[in-house]
Amino acid sequence: MDWGTIINNTLAGLLTPTTIAFALAALGLAMHFGFAGLLNFGIAGFMAIGAYGYAISVLTFGFPWWLGMIVGILGSIGFAILLGVPTLRLRGDYLAIVTIAAAEIARLLFLTTAFTDVTGSADGLFGYNKAGGFTDANPFPPGSYGFGPWTYNSETLWVITFGLGVLAICVWLLWALMRSPWGRVIKGIREDEDAIRALGKNVFAYKLQALIIGGVFGGMGGIIYAAFANVSPGVYVTSITFFIWTSLLLGGAATIFGPVIGAVIFWTLQAFLSNILPELSSSGILPVDGTQAATLRFVLVGIGLMLLVIYRPQGIFGDKREMTFVK
Amino acid sequence: MSNNETPQKTTGLHIGKAEPGCKKNDPMLVIDHVKKTFGGLTAVDVEHLEIPKGAITALIGPNGAGKTTLFNLLTGFDSPDTGTWSFLGKSLSGIPSFKVAQMGQVRTFQLTKALSLLTVLDNMKLGAKDQAGESIWKALIPGFWKKQDKDIEVKALELLKRFKLEEKQADFAASLSGGQRKLLEMARALMTDPVLVMLDEPMAGVNPALTQSLLEHVLNLKKDGMTVLFVEHDMHMVRHIADWVVVMAEGKVVAEGPPDVVMKEQAVIDAYLGAHQDTDLGVVTGRIDTINEEKNK
Repeated sequence: MDWGTIINNTLAGLLTPTTIAFALAALGLAMHFGFAGLLNFGIAGFMAIGAYGYAISVLTFGFPWWLGMIVGILGSIGFAILLGVPTLRLRGDYLAIVTIAAAEIARLLFLTTAFTDVTGSADGLFGYNKAGGFTDANPFPPGSYGFGPWTYNSETLWVITFGLGVLAICVWLLWALMRSPWGRVIKGIREDEDAIRALGKNVFAYKLQALIIGGVFGGMGGIIYAAFANVSPGVYVTSITFFIWTSLLLGGAATIFGPVIGAVIFWTLQAFLSNILPELSSSGILPVDGTQAATLRFVLVGIGLMLLVIYRPQGIFGDKREMTFVK
Repeated sequence: MSNNETPQKTTGLHIGKAEPGCKKNDPMLVIDHVKKTFGGLTAVDVEHLEIPKGAITALIGPNGAGKTTLFNLLTGFDSPDTGTWSFLGKSLSGIPSFKVAQMGQVRTFQLTKALSLLTVLDNMKLGAKDQAGESIWKALIPGFWKKQDKDIEVKALELLKRFKLEEKQADFAASLSGGQRKLLEMARALMTDPVLVMLDEPMAGVNPALTQSLLEHVLNLKKDGMTVLFVEHDMHMVRHIADWVVVMAEGKVVAEGPPDVVMKEQAVIDAYLGAHQDTDLGVVTGRIDTINEEKNK
């Protein structure tokens, strides 16, 4: 087995545009679930809206890249309002059902051939980074940067730098909000919204604000992902939602840095498994063929998620007392 | 207040004969034709009821009489099928519960709602009204709310001291005992500077040692100028601290009046107290005067 390549690829997974994109989405879920107690199973939908909002406004409407990204953010705000207004007055589980369905509806609308001109249907969208000027905004001259597993060309470096900047802003925003009295109300709502209502707080408005903020983080995740790869409806499937949930629970749902670290660990682990499992199968240690071995990692992710929820529900960084499923 | 002192009762609350729906000198809550049905069951059907200001009013009645439902209706947690009700002269029909609370009417719950995974101090601070830092934009800049938060903390610590919870301030509310949670819920309600405090079974599940201190807290509310309306099953407590008693049965108000008078009415005895009204069921430990009075008879 070629351990050098496996280790190299695994370490490379620590810092990629994908890792940053998923860290952002996990941060959004931390706002939703960890702090406000909102069960959002449609985070992939928020990412899709962000990514398509950016790509479509550049390609179809000829917006510059930054305006396109703002449109993507506005799109995720709209999506949050659309989901929140009818469901936030109901019990939490209804939001879970509605979000999972809405995310699928969004994905299928992007996939359908009815809007091929705009959405590109199954082929998705590409070329918007160049058309919108995001590529030209790159301050790094062409060349190779970094060392070892972290060697990037100037384009990837630009996306990573931009993504880390956005991530830093979002982490700061979540931290600043959660230490404030606003964050105290949000955590109170997670515990018992009737008690908060009885103290004269407009619970519905707070929940909607939390849904919007987390949704914007998710949308930003989608935009960063789109800034690196093409926009394709095949990406924003329900399993992506559960990958993000795994990252979140891994790091600790009610923490600020937990979701970020969780996403890093998750994608590093994914890189490791997707390298080592086919190797194990080709050297005859695993009794399955190469394709099956590559799929096996998703089985392992599922088992990992179950073990995590059962034995360490507060995640790596969480306070055991603060976030448990057993109340 | 020493344990054996009988609290000063507020009298002269009503105008005319003390009967269901009688007029009060200075009503705080006025309820008219409020009706609520769940399917075929009429939970609440109150023709007219006035809750006097500056007094402690007890709402009693057998299980299923509609006391908690009436509470929910009055605080906006549930909406009635028909009827109007007003608080300090302002109509509350269709007003959401959080706005009712902002107007100075605060409630507690029958099943105590401590915010388990927040610290005791955070529980308290949540109660304070008009916090600048609770607006999402101002929350981002501590300059807007740091000072106010300090003031709120001072007030919260003062109240925690009064309720003997100050040593618990840094603990999660989940670690409190059932009785302490009741105290915390009441203390948190007081953080909102209410004018009307509505307590849903404040004594349920509280051990006798805490009962006395809870009673004193309720009496202190009146001393501090607040109006209290509470639901309670403990008759000794009702007799001891209530200035006015409203009796409900099957959703209707069947009697009202001062406690010592109303509990002798036949309608009340039939509806609620039954034949065992003089039996001390050991709910209170004999510290309260009414028991001694009965023994002396």
